[in-house]
Amino acid sequence: MSEVIDQYVKTEYEAGFVTDIESETLPPGLNEDVIRFISAKKNEPEWLLEWRLKAFENFKQMQEPEWAHLNYPKIDLNEVSYYSAPKSIEDRPKSLDEVDPELIETYNKLGIPLHEQEVLAGVAVDVVFDSVSVATTFKEKLAEAGVIFCPISEAVHKYPELIKKYIGSVVPQKDNYFAALNSAVFSDGSFVYIPKGVRCPMELSTYFRINEAKTGQFERTLIVADEGSHVSYLEGCTAPMRDENQLHAAVVELVALDDAEIKYSTVQNWYPGDENGNGGIYNFVTKRGICHKNAKISWTQVETGSAITWKYPSVVLRGENSVGEFYSVALTRNYQQADTGTKMIHLGKNSKSTIISKGISAGKSQNAYRGLVRMSPRADGARNYTQCDSLLIGDRCGAHTFPYIESKHPNAIVEHEATTSKVSDDQLFLCQQRGIDAEKAVSMIVNGFCKEVFKELPMEFAVEAGKLLEVSLEGSVG
Amino acid sequence: MLSIKNLHANVEDKNILKGLNLEVKPGEVHAIMGPNGSGKSTFGYVLSGREGYEVTEGEVKFDGQNILEMEADERAREGLFLAFQYPVEIPGVSNMEFLKASIDTTREYQGKEPYDAVTFMKLAREKCQQVNLDQNFLKRGVNEGFSGGEKKRNEIMQMIMLEPKLCILDETDSGLDIDALQVVADGVNACRDDNRAFIVVTHYQRLLDYIVPDYVHVLSDGKIVKSGGKELALELEEKGYSWIDKL
Repeated sequence: MSEVIDQYVKTEYEAGFVTDIESETLPPGLNEDVIRFISAKKNEPEWLLEWRLKAFENFKQMQEPEWAHLNYPKIDLNEVSYYSAPKSIEDRPKSLDEVDPELIETYNKLGIPLHEQEVLAGVAVDVVFDSVSVATTFKEKLAEAGVIFCPISEAVHKYPELIKKYIGSVVPQKDNYFAALNSAVFSDGSFVYIPKGVRCPMELSTYFRINEAKTGQFERTLIVADEGSHVSYLEGCTAPMRDENQLHAAVVELVALDDAEIKYSTVQNWYPGDENGNGGIYNFVTKRGICHKNAKISWTQVETGSAITWKYPSVVLRGENSVGEFYSVALTRNYQQADTGTKMIHLGKNSKSTIISKGISAGKSQNAYRGLVRMSPRADGARNYTQCDSLLIGDRCGAHTFPYIESKHPNAIVEHEATTSKVSDDQLFLCQQRGIDAEKAVSMIVNGFCKEVFKELPMEFAVEAGKLLEVSLEGSVG
Repeated sequence: MLSIKNLHANVEDKNILKGLNLEVKPGEVHAIMGPNGSGKSTFGYVLSGREGYEVTEGEVKFDGQNILEMEADERAREGLFLAFQYPVEIPGVSNMEFLKASIDTTREYQGKEPYDAVTFMKLAREKCQQVNLDQNFLKRGVNEGFSGGEKKRNEIMQMIMLEPKLCILDETDSGLDIDALQVVADGVNACRDDNRAFIVVTHYQRLLDYIVPDYVHVLSDGKIVKSGGKELALELEEKGYSWIDKL
């Protein structure tokens, strides 16, 4: 991955597709004018503005959910600014010397090259870090295959029919409080379309669009895999990312038409706050996919960041023989809180789902798995297997499991296995007695615990994820 | 090589070792026998530096160094090996990965060249064979789903790979049938040489038919109450531990 980035950096800037936006930030507050402003800024067509406004009307009727096992002061949405142009060069750190040394240390431990560090830390780099030349070959290759991969704001203009047809089709505006908010004020995100029968020639990664990645706090992604197509999408990056915005409310929609397959992998490592629980990102995400006949959607996530995580990547198994998978590692430490899991909604005959969730809690953190498996009256022969394991490090953290099972079909099979364990003194001592120091031992034990999930990640992501856990666990022993 | 003087140790504020003395020279095999609750396992844990085992008095010198100041992992890297009575499972961490981490860090500490991947694999396979473990064990999780005998053989396999200076075997015979005992003993005997010492902690004399000790010590109530040659073990077997109380 870093080689590619190096390549980016060495390549001279040709003609960026980042348009120069006037430096403007809206004053805090949420109202119709704000939404009109955002839409106008993006030069959006009338239908999209109407769509946003409708979402806002819905949003106003809704309440912030309180059922999650999370404890945080309510967010005053009128104190949030809903449009801010990227920081100008002058406002950004001039060099890595001006960046929090702890962050730099983490980058070094993760082996992130200097150039990448600068970008991640928001340093005003001289070399315009643009993906043009690499992206050009990249885009040519994708275009050859007929794959569309672009910012959703661009897709609105270029492929309005596709966007109109699918936006909000998986996660309706009224789905939940945060989804409604996102629908009203979404900033940007990715759009992917894979044509019929096409196997996407490469893993698609938001990482490759790093300079576009500052899509703001209300990201919206839409992936449509047409009949018989296949795509693997990677989101996020193992390096901790700073962001001034405390509230993040993203929406991701996946559509897998008949016989299609979507694999969506996430590494989420937003700023978790300091060791005393100050600061950190509140991450409220709605991710859902619809699986048509014989289609498959697989979510894999490694969640180590954010102060608050509220996230349930789900699959609606609409078609016969459709398959849904959810593989998750969620690690919390210090004062982090995570309430995460999935929903598998079985509608189609013989639909199958697998849930493997690994929660690791350290420090004073709270880590909850929340999952719903629903077998509809039509789901003849449907099956689910859930395995939900929690690992505790130390004695001041918490692990919680909230499985919901609704079976309305007598033939449906639902299995749920759950374990809670501690990194035991015996295990630690065995490692130490073989010469392995305590910190490395914990990291090894935790990595072993997560193995079933890591093997679902694309190879290079898996290696990074292991490394990330190691770094994240530092200092959690003793 | 190992010099223990007047060792007192507590576990959870309970005094278990009460003035233990022992001298071990390179090449020697010492057996420590004793009834249940005499402090045998505590002795192994105290020497290897397990947390929660607090030394309140006395000194332990290993190769001239005061090891009581060292963390458990440092003592291990210095060449002190403890074969566990009940080795625990570490799910998802393969034996191979575990062994590699252990060997790499130990060899680095000892200033030895690291093994390259090929040499390491070859050696690991060879040693597996030596203790009669299928090579597939290397791919499985550490002790995960192993039988009692397999766990013990795995311990011996690790010992052979690590080439420690001092090996403490904590009731290695417990739960082993005769065949497995033979395999374990063969593994140990193959490691015996002039530079390496063994402390064999056991409840029964049986193991000492296979691993013949130079010295036998009887531990009772946290102290060594009698020492002798290998014939002491036989005498003990014959007369029972109650004999000790009458001494």
